[in-house]
Formats: sequence, C-alpha cells, structure tokens
Amino acid sequence: MSDLNSVTAAEAPDQMSMQPRPRRGKQDKPRSLAGDAWNDLRKSKIFWVAIVLVVVVLLMAAWPTLFTSADPRDCALSRKFAGPSGGAIFGYDFQGCDVYAKTIYGARNSIIVGMVSTAIAGVIGMVVGLSAGFFGGSVDAVLSRFIDIMLAIPFLLAGIVLSSRLSADPNDDGLIAVILTLGLLTWTTGARVMRSAVISSKNQDYVAAGRMLGAGPGRLMLRHILPNSIAAFIVVLTILLGVNIGVEATLSFLGVGLKGDAISWGIAISEATGTARVAAAPLVWPATFLGLTVLAFIMLGDAIRDAFDPKLR
Amino acid sequence: MFRYIVRRLLQMVLTFFGATFVVFALMFANQDDPLQALAGERPITESQRQALTERYHLDEPFIAQYWHYMKGMLTGDFGQSLTGRQIGDMLEAAWPVTFRLALLAAVIAAVIAIVAGVASAIRRGGTFDNVTLVFTLILLSMPIVVIAPLAQLLFGIQLGWFPPTSGADPSMWALLLPALVLASSVFATQLRVTRTSVAENLRADYVRTAKAKGLAFRRVISVHVLRNSLIPVITLIGVDLGNLMAGAIVTEGVFNIPGVGFNLARGIRTEDGPLVVGFVSALVIIFLIVNLLVDLLYAALDPRIRYE
Amino acid sequence: MDVLPGVDPRAPLLEVTDLHVEFRTQYGVAKAVNGANFWLSPGETLAILGESGCGKSVTAQAIMGILDSPPGFITKGEVRYRGIDLLTLPEEQRRKVRANRIAMIFQDALSALNPVYTVGFQLAEVFRIHRGMSRGDAKKKAVELLDQVKIPAAKARVSDYPHQFSGGMRQRVMIAMALALDPEVLIADEPTTALDVTVQAQIMGLLAELQQQRNMGLILITHDMGVVADVADRISVMYAGKVVEEAAVYDIYSRPAHPYTRALLESIPRLDMKGQQLNVIRGLPPALTDVPRGCAFNPRCRYAKDPCRQDPAPPAYAVAPHRTARCHFFREVLGD
Repeated sequence: MSDLNSVTAAEAPDQMSMQPRPRRGKQDKPRSLAGDAWNDLRKSKIFWVAIVLVVVVLLMAAWPTLFTSADPRDCALSRKFAGPSGGAIFGYDFQGCDVYAKTIYGARNSIIVGMVSTAIAGVIGMVVGLSAGFFGGSVDAVLSRFIDIMLAIPFLLAGIVLSSRLSADPNDDGLIAVILTLGLLTWTTGARVMRSAVISSKNQDYVAAGRMLGAGPGRLMLRHILPNSIAAFIVVLTILLGVNIGVEATLSFLGVGLKGDAISWGIAISEATGTARVAAAPLVWPATFLGLTVLAFIMLGDAIRDAFDPKLR
Repeated sequence: MFRYIVRRLLQMVLTFFGATFVVFALMFANQDDPLQALAGERPITESQRQALTERYHLDEPFIAQYWHYMKGMLTGDFGQSLTGRQIGDMLEAAWPVTFRLALLAAVIAAVIAIVAGVASAIRRGGTFDNVTLVFTLILLSMPIVVIAPLAQLLFGIQLGWFPPTSGADPSMWALLLPALVLASSVFATQLRVTRTSVAENLRADYVRTAKAKGLAFRRVISVHVLRNSLIPVITLIGVDLGNLMAGAIVTEGVFNIPGVGFNLARGIRTEDGPLVVGFVSALVIIFLIVNLLVDLLYAALDPRIRYE
Repeated sequence: MDVLPGVDPRAPLLEVTDLHVEFRTQYGVAKAVNGANFWLSPGETLAILGESGCGKSVTAQAIMGILDSPPGFITKGEVRYRGIDLLTLPEEQRRKVRANRIAMIFQDALSALNPVYTVGFQLAEVFRIHRGMSRGDAKKKAVELLDQVKIPAAKARVSDYPHQFSGGMRQRVMIAMALALDPEVLIADEPTTALDVTVQAQIMGLLAELQQQRNMGLILITHDMGVVADVADRISVMYAGKVVEEAAVYDIYSRPAHPYTRALLESIPRLDMKGQQLNVIRGLPPALTDVPRGCAFNPRCRYAKDPCRQDPAPPAYAVAPHRTARCHFFREVLGD
C-alpha cells in the first residue's frame, strides 16, 4: 500500500524529497552507524591532527625521558633566565630550571589530572544520568533539579573554593584535591547527555521489545540502552578531558591547584607571567604546550561528534 | 507570560537556595578546624578566632550557620577580610572597573560574533566559514591562562600596541587589550551558536515566505532571520557571565587591573579565607540573578513562550 | 505600481516552456524538473498533480524565483509572464514581480509565517516595502485584508502572533498576505494538505471566491485528486520532473491518456468498487539522481514495451487540441 500512501494520504513536504537521499541500502552493503561514522572520521583532517597531538602528549606523560634526558628539578640560580644551551633548547627560568625539561615533565600531571577527574565525572555522570533517564518520575525530578543547581554555580568559583578546602595542608602537592574538585564539579553535562539519550532510546521499539521478552531493568540498561547512548557520552567526556586540563592549569595558576614543587604548566605560566619582559620562553612554552593539549582533546571530541551527527554540519 | 514568570521564579528560588547552600557547604563542610581553613597557613590569634567564630556562627548547627550567612549576604553584610577591611567596601571599590571591563568585552564579543556568525551561515561551507570554524575551535580550546599572558607578552610588551598593565583607575584604552582577551573566552561560543541558528533559520519556511513577498535579501536576513536567530544567542548571556567572571580573575591578575577578580586572586594567594568566601558568594549571587533576568528576557523575545 | 518594461498585455498570462531545474549536492546531481511545459490564462485554475518528489513544488519555486541556490539551479527554459522572460530579469525587477504580479501560498502556514512577528506586522510589511506606506496606513490595510479573508474580529486579531491562530485561520492569513497587492497569478502549493477535511473545503471555497472576484490565474499544486476534481479547469500531471499529461479536467477523469494518470485514478478508493482489489501503482517513484532511460514511468507501467525503455523519452503527443500526453501508446491507454 505504500504507493497509495505516497500519492494521497500522508505526503511529506516536497522539500524533503528534493534533497536526494543517498540510497546506500541498495547500492552498498549496509553499514552500521559506527561504521558510517568511522568512514567520515577517517577523512577528517581535524581528527588526524588531534590524534597525532594526543599521542605525542600521552607519550610525553608516560615516558618523558623519550624527549629529554635532563632532570626538571635540577635547577641552579646561577643559570637564572639563561639562554638556550645544550639540551635546554628553551633556556632556563627564574629559578634556573631547564624550561624544556620542565615543560615535557609538565604533561604528566596534566594528563593524570585530566584523565582521573574525567573518569570520576564520567562514572558519576553515567550513574546519575542513567538513573534519571531510566527510572524517570520522582527520581528524575530530584536528580534533574540537583543538576540544575550544580549548573547554576559558576564552575571556576566553586572550583577555587572546593580545591582550596580539600588541600588545606601546606605540604600537600594538591594533586588529589584538584582531581576530586574537577571530578565532583564537572559530571553534570555528561549526566544530562546520558539522561536525554536514555529517554530517547527508551521509547524506541527495540527496547519495548526487550521489555516484552522479559528483560529486567538492569539487563535492559546494560544490553540495550547503554550501547546506543554511549556515543554522545564519549564525545562529552573527550571534550571534558581537554577542558579539565585547562581548568587544572587555571587553578594552579591561581594557587589553588597543584602546589609546592609539583611540576605543572599552570604554575610555570603563573611564575613566568610577571617576568615575561625579561624572559619570554619560560612563559611561551608551557602556555603553548598547554594550549595544544587542550586543543587536541577538544578537536578530537568535535571530530567524533561531527562524524556521529552529520546534521550538525 | 504571568504563569511563565511565576513558574520560573519558583524554580529560581529553589535553585538560588540550592546553589548558595552547595557553595556554603563547599566552604565550610568537613573541616576539622574551619577557622584554620579560613585563615590559611598563618597562625590566628585568640581574638581573631573569636571574631571568626562569631562571624560565621561556627558554634551553632550547620543549617543555622547557613541561615546567618545568607542573611548577611542578602543585607549586603559580607564581613571582614583577614586584613581587617570590610569586604563590602572592597567590593564596592572594585566592581566599577570590572563592570566596565566585562561590558567592553561582552560588547566586542557580541558584535564580532554576530556579524561573523551571520556571514558564516549565509555562505556555509565557503572559505570564510571554514576559516571561522577552525579559528573558533582553537579559541574555544585555549584556556584564559594561555591567552591572557601570551596576549600581554605579544601585544603589550613585544609589539607595544597596548599598555601591558593597567594599574589603578585604568582608561578605556588601557582596558582594551584585557577586554579583547576576556572577549575571547565568550566569543567563540557566541559565534558558533549564531552560525548554527542563522543557518537553521535560513532553511525555515518563513524565509521562503519572506522571499515570496518580494523582500530584498538584506531585509529577509536583518528583519526575519536575525530576530529568530538571536533568541538562542541571548540565552548565552547567562552562561557567558560565568565565563567572564572566571576570565576576569585571571585577566585582571595578569594585567594588574584592581577589580573584583584581581582582589579575589590576591585573596586566594594570601589565603584570606573570609575575603574569598565573601567575593565568591557575591559573584554567585550576581550570576544567579542575571540568569533569572535572562530567562525573563527570553520570554519577552519569544512570543511562543510569552503566551504559553 | 512599478512599470515593468516589455509587458505585452496580449501575451499569455503565464507560460512555462521547457523548464529544467537540478539540485547539485554532495551525493550527485538530482534532476528535479526535466522540461516542464504549461500555460495559464486569467481566471483559470491549473492544477499541477503528482506524487511527492515529482518536481511540482520546485517548479513553483522556480517560477517565483525563490529556489534555494545553491543547491538548486535553473539550467534551461523560460518562464514568461505577459511575454517577459522572468528568468532573465535582473533580481531587483524580479523582486518587484513577486507579490505584485505573482504571489504564492505554502503548505504549512504555521512554519510559513514568522513566529516572532504579529500577523499584522507581516501583512503590513508587504505594503510598506512595495507601496512605501506608513506603518499606520499599512496596518489599516492589513485589517482590511484579514476582513476580506473572513477572519472574525480582524481588528483585534491583527496584533496576534501566528501560533495563536488555528490552522485554517493561519492559512487565511497566508492567503491575505499573498493577495495583498492584487497579483494576477497565485500559486498555491498544497494549500490544504495540513488541514482537516472540513476546513480544507472552506479554504478551497475561499480561494475560488477570491479568484473569481479578481479574475486571477491560479496554479494549484497538489497530490490530492479529490481536491483537483472540484476546482480545477485544467490539469498538468507531473512525473519525475516532466509534465506527462496535460488536459481539461473532464477529459482526464473520463479518459486518461497516460498510463500514470490512469493508475493514479485507479488507486483512488471508490465506494462503488467496495470489496474489490484496489489497483495500486507498483514500485516507487525513481530517485531523481537516477531517472530510468526512455520514459521515466516504464518500470512501473503495464503498457510498457521496448521503445519505452529506450531514449529518447516520449515527446508530448497531441492527443487532441489543447491536450498532450507523453506516452508512445496513448491510443491504447485511451482505448481501455
């Protein structure tokens, strides 16, 4: 009866049919959404630039000795602001530390903070989002209100307060405090995305079919809803990873992130800002590495999102 | 309209008390010695200890502490910093320059973002659009701690186009570079939202109608498309304010502008607990109130909500 | 009114000759209109009938000059209004033809009206732009127009927003807007599809009445054969971007000359055929990126023979005076 319908009853606006649909189903072999997305990704320049940058930063974080043989803590005031020499291709900072070595070693803390805090935020976000979306009703109402409240607090201000409270001990390097701060404050976006993804996939036929076949709520969530909601969630987390690295640097810059003798791009930028007139390199290099690292993760997330959601293009 | 406002206000009251309570809890919860936390590393004298206990009602139950804290905030009593100055006075002295800086930044960002966003959307997929997309992606990714010191170094110190630092009572000219830096923290999102929204509206049926009415392209864009497209951009003001506040803390510190952010950054560095608490609370309250106003503005702009 | 140079009052009101429109997209070139031909006289109603995707809306947009370009391009053909080829007019003059001489109404009035302006503003805009009227005068004209399309309490409703009107009332607003400047041609693109059946009849009645008062030519674009039978004088049936049959309404219903028209008629459920198998058209309309060789309808046609599967496509055979059909075997079809 499809022809009758197309002629008389429910005609879609002509505009729709004017855009020729790619009839992939007939000509090519059928592909999954993930397969389609991967095909788009492979062709994306931004994706490959991001991948290269991410790999380099990860290598720097895991094996800094691949990049430098110098010890970032080997500082001598006699070399204060000295120009480049030997392995120290970026020169020395105000304490006479090797800027290049310090910048390379700075990647480790950034990546640790970024990954662990994002993992915490991801777990909280997933649990809250899944519960709100799946159970609905009053559970959803309470959780959604709570997310609204969290989103109503300016994030950096809350971060400043929480991070300084979590590491009151002056001898602490602040690592745990920063990780917890970021993890506890940034789960909201992921939770929202998860919640709406669950709600939209909950109403689809295959989930209803699963329920009719007697699948319990736990099994439904794990086997049916989760895999279909996960793409958007991963995009959010990838971008969050980049953002969190930036926020860690900002907190460290302000003096409430990593502290003491921890090696961090944020601290390095903060120390070099006042003396940039005398020596630019100690400011420029950590800032550049930090900028590129954040950019890499955000670009990666952006490229994945574009691949999964072509209508945004 | 009336029902919408009432509902929004009720939601706002809940959000307001929820958010301030969370902030308050972040400040004072789970401390073995909240007084020491407020004072940081420095030793506190017995009289200071007494004053702080009294100030924050630390000898009373937690909820009561919150109640006193909120009462103080809403009546403009923000307490005393560890240096003995009234925090309310410090805020009063600091806010005009921050307000000027943020306003300048917001205007710069909005004007460029809307013009470039519309141009990008009209020629979607063109060179300008692609360049804009890459540029905004980079801008979106750069933390303000990267942009502010680098801009100061490049444009202030090396090229010498702008004064590298501002000092007390800065002129508009001295504020321009910091304002540009601050603008960069909100500009990219505004541009992208404008672009998406204009591109979406360009495909809308009412645009076809407007063309069929024989309107010139310029009028179709500036009267029909723009009004619809700016609604989502306006709602960004609320989010942007949070970014501007965060940006101001770093930017004012870097450029030595004696505003709210500068004082807050110094308070953090000198571990002046009461000052940080007071300033953060004031900023949170401003943020919440502005967001409420934006919600109401949204209703005023979109008749579909107004008559709900 | 602006004087349009070259207007020949004796020339046909509207004449579309060999119109070709294609959409260039990343998936390939879609030939949406492949040589559409028809004409329109004052006071006459021409129905353009066809399935979704046959190119009828694109044809209308090409006549109006409001095709989204890119991706849409007019590659060939003429659209003559009183002898002037609109396709060669500079945009500034073309703009003045719109609403003044040729106006259009759309299917979904809710999305076709701008949600953030009052209907009064949107109506008055036409007078302010084309006639240079003041806000006040234009507003008065807007109220008059709403009265003419029989919207109750026009004076009060003029400052309402589109979403505050019902579907039928919104379509009346659209009609008022299109008729504001007394155009000679009105193109109505599926004007009643989004409406309830009873409201459909009211809107069609209103259109017919206004058309008679003004001796206006009406092009009615639709997929609904029921609507067509009541109001049209002549019908152009479109398939895959071509007019496959053009005839007076009575001829088409009594003796279709093209197999596609015949199939369309047979696929209408009829009360007197209750209990019998309904003849539906097999298959789907072709993708516009990949139109079959020869006659585009041949894969779905029960009359198709070898010549139908080979290029060139069938020409427009003159079946009778003022009646054409693009089918090699139109005599067989007529005979059945």
